[in-house]
Amino acid sequence: MKADVASTPPKQLGLWRKSLNARTAFLYLFPSILLFSVFIFYPMFRTIYLSFFLTDQQGAAALFVGFENYAYLFESREFRNSIKATVLFVLYTVPTGVIIALYLALIANEKLKGIGFFRTVYSSTMGISVAASSVVWLFLFHPSIGMFNRLLNVMNLPGVQWLLDPDWALVSISISTIWMNIGFSFLILLGGLQNIDEYLYESAKIDGAGYWYQLRRITIPMLSPTLFFIITISLINAFQTFGQVDILTKGGPSQATNLIVYSIYREAFVNYQFGTASAQAVFLFICILIVTILQFKLGEKKVHYQ
Amino acid sequence: MSTPKKILFYILLVISAFLVFFPVLYAFMISFMSGGEILQGKFFPESIHFDNYVKVFDRLPLMNYLINSFIVSFGVMLGQLVVCSLAAYAFVFIPFKGRDFIFFLFISTMMIPWEATMIPNFFTIQKLDWMNTYQGLTVPFFALAFGTFLLRQHFKTIPKELHEAAEVAGLGKFAFFWRVILPVSKTSLVTLGAYGFLTTWNMYLWPLLVTSTDQVRTVQIGLKQLQSQEVATEWGVVMAGVIVVIIPTLLLLFAGQKQLQKGLTQGALK
Repeated sequence: MKADVASTPPKQLGLWRKSLNARTAFLYLFPSILLFSVFIFYPMFRTIYLSFFLTDQQGAAALFVGFENYAYLFESREFRNSIKATVLFVLYTVPTGVIIALYLALIANEKLKGIGFFRTVYSSTMGISVAASSVVWLFLFHPSIGMFNRLLNVMNLPGVQWLLDPDWALVSISISTIWMNIGFSFLILLGGLQNIDEYLYESAKIDGAGYWYQLRRITIPMLSPTLFFIITISLINAFQTFGQVDILTKGGPSQATNLIVYSIYREAFVNYQFGTASAQAVFLFICILIVTILQFKLGEKKVHYQ
Repeated sequence: MSTPKKILFYILLVISAFLVFFPVLYAFMISFMSGGEILQGKFFPESIHFDNYVKVFDRLPLMNYLINSFIVSFGVMLGQLVVCSLAAYAFVFIPFKGRDFIFFLFISTMMIPWEATMIPNFFTIQKLDWMNTYQGLTVPFFALAFGTFLLRQHFKTIPKELHEAAEVAGLGKFAFFWRVILPVSKTSLVTLGAYGFLTTWNMYLWPLLVTSTDQVRTVQIGLKQLQSQEVATEWGVVMAGVIVVIIPTLLLLFAGQKQLQKGLTQGALK
């Protein structure tokens, strides 16, 4: 084979042969490239395009309006409301969710008998769909037969209209979301903890460092890349919340839980306003892009890597 | 670890486990209760009877929905394994010009939230006449940057000597991929498979958009139907439905928890 190549003068090693690898690689990459093009790249450009148009019922661009859809959005109280709800939702769910998952990962990282059982239980919510969880939480939040109001009754406190009171609805959705996300965050954080070099703890122990000192000086710094990753993922997930809103509150009461994806869904598939819905989708994309870029930029500088 | 410290940890572990698992446990208990017991606010059912389970299969074509969910989840899982492993193989074993650029293009798709593309995708499915079909529910999810990335990470750990040996033995590129690479990557493939199955089984918004009849509708949409039909009256039936829907994924998770954790951490952090 080699001798063969050597005997051919380099001039005749045409583009066709030189590109053999590229052509083979293309065959292997073709399914991915085709699917990405049809279902991600094309629709992304189409969404941006549609956001500059008024559309008809079939979603075809009908009238070019430039940035008017965007201007309309930022003037509309509904959309500003939806942004406010989304920001509050992020603030309610992300820090609490990460802290609870971190606590669970820390206690489940000890070398104890039967620890596998607890790990399985803590990660279990990852296997439970948003639809199923939402239905269960709908029951827990039920004003009369739900568990929460029963507990309040036992303590002689007045019941709360969890999902019907505009002041509580977003909190209720947040509580259920935190629970749904615990499993995944826990699993990733536990993985991060297990990657920390045992040796660091051994030398700390020889120096007589206590549990909290080790936690502050070794565990948290060494875990920071994982923590940072899980915070980013939780943020992105929070922006993409849909199922629990659809089942628990349908965006109500008085739009208190009209999170951005629900707002897009309603604008497009209930009101048939595909132009403004696309503008919202572009806005969502930009938000998530910013979070992702921050993850890369900040993550590499501020975070301690092993 | 000292004994008092051990006891403290066990107490924390047990309390936390109860709090985390409580909603599922409660749903499980309620699925065996009669309407009266639920109204009384009991936690344990007086006796175990399966009326609610019988009813839920009666009210909804739940069996159909389950089969649909299986077909869709299994389909996406297989599709992802094939498409992602082919791509990952090219990225690791075939050097070509522009490889880094194309890889960057793949990774960049992770930054595009699926919801930002759902409106044109919905119309694409409509134009292809794929509404209410298995293709419509599965094909858009076959290519997955995360999956390609995960497998690429694993393929990179395969020693180069293996590649050279295969070439000496006269194994073609595809034979090498099929007969050498895939078998030694079983663990990563299993992780990706479990991940794909889980996420597809639990999908909600896309099936809501592209199914309008019972024909290919998945269990998650079935749950929504059940909830809106039965909420006022029979919570026991609704909870029976919930339990039936979560059992397959919980089992899968319990079986593959360790594996999944390892695989996901690897994919996420390295």
